[in-house]
Amino acid sequence: MARVIVDVMLKPEIHDPQGEAVLSASRRLGFGGVTGVRQGKRFELEIDGAADSAALAAIEELARELLANPVIEEFTVSSG
Amino acid sequence: MTFPGSLDDTDAARAVRYAGAEPVPLWHADRDLRGVDAVILPGGFSYGDYLRCGAIARFSPVMAELVPAARSGLPVLGICNGFQILCEAHLLPGALTRNAGLRFITRDVRLTVANTDTPWTSGYALGQQLLVPLKSGEGAYTADPATLDELDRAGRVVVRYASSAPNGPAPNGPAPNGSARGIAGVCNEAGNVVGLMPHPEHAIDPLTGPSGDGLGFFASVLQAFAGADK
Repeated sequence: MARVIVDVMLKPEIHDPQGEAVLSASRRLGFGGVTGVRQGKRFELEIDGAADSAALAAIEELARELLANPVIEEFTVSSG
Repeated sequence: MTFPGSLDDTDAARAVRYAGAEPVPLWHADRDLRGVDAVILPGGFSYGDYLRCGAIARFSPVMAELVPAARSGLPVLGICNGFQILCEAHLLPGALTRNAGLRFITRDVRLTVANTDTPWTSGYALGQQLLVPLKSGEGAYTADPATLDELDRAGRVVVRYASSAPNGPAPNGPAPNGSARGIAGVCNEAGNVVGLMPHPEHAIDPLTGPSGDGLGFFASVLQAFAGADK
């Protein structure tokens, strides 16, 4: 049993209105030092066996197929 | 085609009937297109928009039948969530993202028809203006510049948002939801698969919608089969 983390973010060139809304709210709350926010997703996957290179490669394929939309998102895979 | 969370399948079926054709209900879990001549993926919130709009519906059993059929020329129309599903299924390029202003937009919008070669738009005139409801929260069409250029070059933008400029519609006017280059709908290379964010099925009769302008989508595809032996 192992845990694999997939972090998904919008590609930098994609407009992120949700991140902008969070930024506005942050500043309204008084956190004026925050100058930018981008919002993404974190997936925590439980897998059978070890998070070896084969397992991570399989998760990368899953990320490309399902967890992220490669047209607008990029992702990183790491063992957690 | 009804998925869990589809909302506008009934209105799409009604539009098909209004146009004089027979609507056939297709179910997400059935690997069966039931011999239909064309398929409509309706609007709504399939799978609650979980993960991404259309991301889960795209893997439904029925889609395993639809994708090869679409690649073989079956006319397919994706409306709103249906457009999102077609993009996720890679039957259409690009993606739909959160509206630029974050607000869910429910508004009658003016569209200009930019391609009348598809089976879904052959009944319109090039440049014809349509008044059709937009009803979406994630309707900003997005694609990389190379894809956008290719869509323009190949004439694959099917409908555009018309600006409300007093001098008349600007073909590349700003879209209410931030869609790139004012793109409201696109088609695949062969032209048989069309997706658009606004809802033509909600504009089939001035009694129940802002206009009857949307009926043309459903009537056009019938022309493709006019005279065909059944």
